[in-house]
Amino acid sequence: MKINVMSPILLTAEEKEEIDVEIGLVPYRKAACIEALKIVQHHRGWISDESLHTIAGYLEMSPEELDSVATFYNLVFRKPVGRNVILLCDSISCYVMGYEKIYEQLKARLHISFGETTTDGRFTLLPNACLGTCDHAPACMIHHELYRDLTADQLDEILDAYK
Amino acid sequence: METPLTRLINSNRPALNLKDYEREGGYQSVHKAIKSMTPAEVTKLVQDSDLKGRGGAGFNTGMKWSFVPMNNTSPTKYLIANADEMEPGTFKDRLLLEGNPHQMIEGMIVSAFAIQANISYIFLRWAYKKAARLLRHAIDEAYAAGYLGRDILGSGYNLEMYLHTGVGRYICGEETALLNALEGKRATPRTKPPFPQISGLFGKPTIVNNVETLCNIPHIINNGADWFKGLSPGSDAGTKLYGVSGRVNNPGLWELPMGITMRELIEVHAGGMKNGYQFKGALPGGASTDFLVNKHMDVKLDFKSVAAAGSRLGTGTMIVLDDQTCPVGFVHNLEHFFAQESCGWCTPCREGLPWTEKILLAMENGKGRAEDLQLLDMHTKYLGPGNTFCALAPGAMEPLQSALKYFKEDFDKHINEKKCPWR
Repeated sequence: MKINVMSPILLTAEEKEEIDVEIGLVPYRKAACIEALKIVQHHRGWISDESLHTIAGYLEMSPEELDSVATFYNLVFRKPVGRNVILLCDSISCYVMGYEKIYEQLKARLHISFGETTTDGRFTLLPNACLGTCDHAPACMIHHELYRDLTADQLDEILDAYK
Repeated sequence: METPLTRLINSNRPALNLKDYEREGGYQSVHKAIKSMTPAEVTKLVQDSDLKGRGGAGFNTGMKWSFVPMNNTSPTKYLIANADEMEPGTFKDRLLLEGNPHQMIEGMIVSAFAIQANISYIFLRWAYKKAARLLRHAIDEAYAAGYLGRDILGSGYNLEMYLHTGVGRYICGEETALLNALEGKRATPRTKPPFPQISGLFGKPTIVNNVETLCNIPHIINNGADWFKGLSPGSDAGTKLYGVSGRVNNPGLWELPMGITMRELIEVHAGGMKNGYQFKGALPGGASTDFLVNKHMDVKLDFKSVAAAGSRLGTGTMIVLDDQTCPVGFVHNLEHFFAQESCGWCTPCREGLPWTEKILLAMENGKGRAEDLQLLDMHTKYLGPGNTFCALAPGAMEPLQSALKYFKEDFDKHINEKKCPWR
C-alpha cells in the first residue's frame, strides 16, 4: 500500500519523551514501534499517514514496514474515530445472551453500523472479540469503561453520559 | 476444600495491597525459593507437583522450564506471563489479575528465579484496564519492597518486570506470536523448533506461562508437591478455575478440585439451566474445543477425561448451548471470530476459515446446499492438526466438527427448509 504523506509533521516533545522511554527498554529502536503507535494514538486519537511516516522515521524503519504492523492490530486506528469508541462484544457468550439486540438498538439510536462514526464525531461503533466478561454477557466497552449484563433499554442512559 | 488461588480474592473489597498480602502469607515463596533453594530444586519441585499449564495446552510446567539451558551460555533470559486472555468464553485470568495481582507477580518472581531470567514481562490484553492499573501499582510495591530489581532479598539475584498491554489480536495469545508482538512485529507464529525455551524473545531463552499457571507456583513452593497433588482426587493435580457462561441460572467462576464432573459444574455451581431452556451442548474449555453433549454429563473435567470424551479441557471455562439458540448460528459466530483473527500467515487458515464462515452464513440465510455439509467436513480435515502453521485453525475446527457430529439434523433442517428454524 502506498503511504500518502501530505505534509511532514513532528512528534511533540511529550510524545518523543514517552517513546524514548520505550526505546530504552528494548534492544533496538524498531522493537518499540507498537508502543510508539499506542503513544501517538493516545495523543492524537488515530494514526494518520503523516503520523505513521513520522514515527517510522524516528524508529529508523520504513513507513511500509510500520504500516504492516499498524494494520495488523485491531486497536491501532488507521482512520479517524469519534471521541468515544464503542466496542461491542460480538463473541460467542454475548451472541448467546443477545448482543444482536444491543447492536440493533445502537444502530437505531446512532444511525451508524459497525465501522462507522456518527456525523457529529461523538461515537464510533466497532465489533470487538471477547471482552473476557462472559459471565456478564452481553457486554460492551465505551471509552475504556466496561458495561456488563447489558439490556437494550439501558443504552440511552449510558450513551447520554458521553459527549 | 482448599482454594489457594482464590482464598484472598473477594469481589466486595479492593485487591490486597502488598502489606496486607504479606500479612496473609504473601511473598513467602520468594523468601523460601531464593534463600533456601537452588533454581534446579525449584524446577524439580514444580515438575514433581505435576502442575499442567492452565492456558489450555496442559503441558507439565516444570518440565517446560527444564528445557531452558542453564549453563550460562546466554546470560539474558526472559520469563513472560501470558495474560492475553482473548479466547471467546474465557474469563478466568481477569478474576485472578483483578482479584489478587500480587499472587501472579510472586509466581513470576519464583518462576523467573527457577530459570534464572533477569527480565520479565506481563503481556496483558488491552481490554483489562482495571487489571493494568492494579498490576502497575503492585509492580511498584514489589520493587519498593525489594522483591524486584537488583539484589533481591540480598541474594544477588536481579529481576526487572515490565507490563506490556496489547493492541488487540487473538493470535497474540499463541506463545511464539506473543514473542513477535513483544518484539514490535506482526504477531505471526514462529516455526518450532527452535522452541522459545532455547530461542525466544529477541533470540534468548524464554518461558511463557499462563496467568493461572503462575498463580499456582507460590502455593506449590510453600506447601510442596504432595500437597498440590492432594488438592484433587482425580488424575490431574491441583485446583482449577472453572467457569460457565450462557443461559444458566448462575453464570460465573469457581475454584474447584481438578476432575469435578460437568454435571456438578452446570447443575450445582452454575445453578442449572434458566427456566424454559434445555441443555443442548457445551464447549468445555473455550471457543476452540469440541462440544460435549448430554451423554457426557458425568465426564470428569480433567485433561485426560475430557480428551477421552473427544474434546479438550482447554481453559476450563465452559460455554453452554441451549435448545433455543441455533447451533448453526452458534458455530457461525465462532468461525466468524476465527476467520477475523487468523493472522493470515498460512494459506489453509487464511483462505479456509473465511470459506467456512461463508458456508455457515449462507446456511443461516437459507441458502445452504446439501453439498455444503461435505465441504464443511472437508475443511475440518484440511484445517486440522498438522495442516496449518499453528493451532488456531485446528482449534477453530473443533466446535465445527463436533457440531456436524452431534447436531447434524439442525444443519439438515437449515438446508431442507431453506431458512434458519430459530429465526
